[in-house]
Amino acid sequence: MKPDGVFQAVSARSEADLEDWTAGVPRMRAQHCGVCAARWLFRREFCPHCGAQPPQALALTGLGTVHAATMVHRAPDDQFRSIAPYALVLVELDEGVRVMGHAQRGATIGARVEVSFVEIAGRLLPYFCLFPSATSLSEARPASSSE
Amino acid sequence: MSYLLGSGLTRFGRLEGRNTLDLMTEAASAALTDAQLERSEIDGLICGYSTTMPHLMLATVFAEHFGIQPTYAHAVQVGGATGFAMVMLAHLLVASGAAKRILVVAGENRMTGQSRDAAIQALAQTGHPQYEVPLGTTIPAYYGLVASRYMWEHGVTEADFAELAVLMRRQAVRHPGAQFREPISVEAVMSSRPIASPLKVLDCCPVSDGGCAFVIASEPGGVHPVRIRSARQIHTSQHVTAAPNLTHFGADRCSAQALGDAGRSLADVEYAAIYDSFTVTLTLLLEEIGLAPRGRAGVLARDGHFDRDGALPLNMHGGLLSYGHCGVAGAMAHLAETHRQMTGRAADRQVARAGVALLHGDGGVLSSHVSLVLESP
Repeated sequence: MKPDGVFQAVSARSEADLEDWTAGVPRMRAQHCGVCAARWLFRREFCPHCGAQPPQALALTGLGTVHAATMVHRAPDDQFRSIAPYALVLVELDEGVRVMGHAQRGATIGARVEVSFVEIAGRLLPYFCLFPSATSLSEARPASSSE
Repeated sequence: MSYLLGSGLTRFGRLEGRNTLDLMTEAASAALTDAQLERSEIDGLICGYSTTMPHLMLATVFAEHFGIQPTYAHAVQVGGATGFAMVMLAHLLVASGAAKRILVVAGENRMTGQSRDAAIQALAQTGHPQYEVPLGTTIPAYYGLVASRYMWEHGVTEADFAELAVLMRRQAVRHPGAQFREPISVEAVMSSRPIASPLKVLDCCPVSDGGCAFVIASEPGGVHPVRIRSARQIHTSQHVTAAPNLTHFGADRCSAQALGDAGRSLADVEYAAIYDSFTVTLTLLLEEIGLAPRGRAGVLARDGHFDRDGALPLNMHGGLLSYGHCGVAGAMAHLAETHRQMTGRAADRQVARAGVALLHGDGGVLSSHVSLVLESP
């Protein structure tokens, strides 16, 4: 993990600072605690480790290492059935936060990956590609991509 | 200390025309008969939930339907851990004096009461509503992620996982109530339809209809009592994205504390009943609890270690993987079978010794744990 100073700390006072792909903004954000230095993904108005408040927004570079990977063949609904099979991964981001995303084939455990944001099954979702990429991003993205 | 006086378990599988209340009633009636008790002798009721009959007050809906007026009643929700969590609650309640004889019951027509997609989508909602579910996740996908990491860290292979599916089927062959009773091979598991790699369809429990119930009391009674010695829980997280560790979930601490409370150790355990929603679930729990060395559960299963005549008989009814999984009652079947084994009533499945039993269930994605220790009277 890099030292704290490398990270771009953003004020958490504005909701906008925390907006990420879940709100249609193509970026990743996490939160961190200015008191105990804990970092986490799911939004809260306090630190789940020490209780301090308010937490700060943490900008994430989207670079990380694949921690776990699965290829989903049995999709939950028709939208995802149309793109199955698709790869889902848990990525340990360089900032020390774990996130879930779609991924290109070949993003196996231990692989270095970089996030992009792609429209998949009608919504903007994080999509991890091998980093540095062997192929261009446009080739690696699924056919349903609109970006 | 509390006593399991009776258990009732329905057949699992496709039970057309039976709804949640029908299945709960069938199981509850069987449990009362087994305990030699009348409805009027029940003063407490704990029930689970049903995805085909969501209700704010399922326990009192059932109490009215079944015709009892308990002085203590409510429902419990801890996913797959609910069954054993209800048993733990009943154990604590009768010890506290809040009730004397508690009916613990669950049932669900999870297979025929909804479409397959509806069942899969309902279960996936245990995932995070913003950061997981919108990605097109399923329960098998969450467990596929866990399985990939477990294979990577412990050198386990897909064939090792397959051995647990073969084992559960081998046990189910001897139970007339099991959903699947045709023996399968490792090759059949390996070549079955992919669901969420590395999990194939035969690595996954089925969706079933069924019900199960227990009577738990403060004093021994009836003719088949067994002692509930201890119960423990641990809840480490909710979402797989937030799991502190993808290969170490807290089952070891939970089971060790339950055994310690009972003054027992793993070496004393003669019968094991371990949650097996997927082959990876059973592998990981056996190895984390210490009933198999890391990476060796598959080899032990292949060599007959967990068979009826093996060193540690396991899930003799066939587990979730082959007896079936109808929701809350799914894991309760593990205890119903344990009760049969401990009271010498398991027909040709009967093991030689089941004086001390360790049961472990998990809910969520190995995030909620309950361990129980039972002893023959």
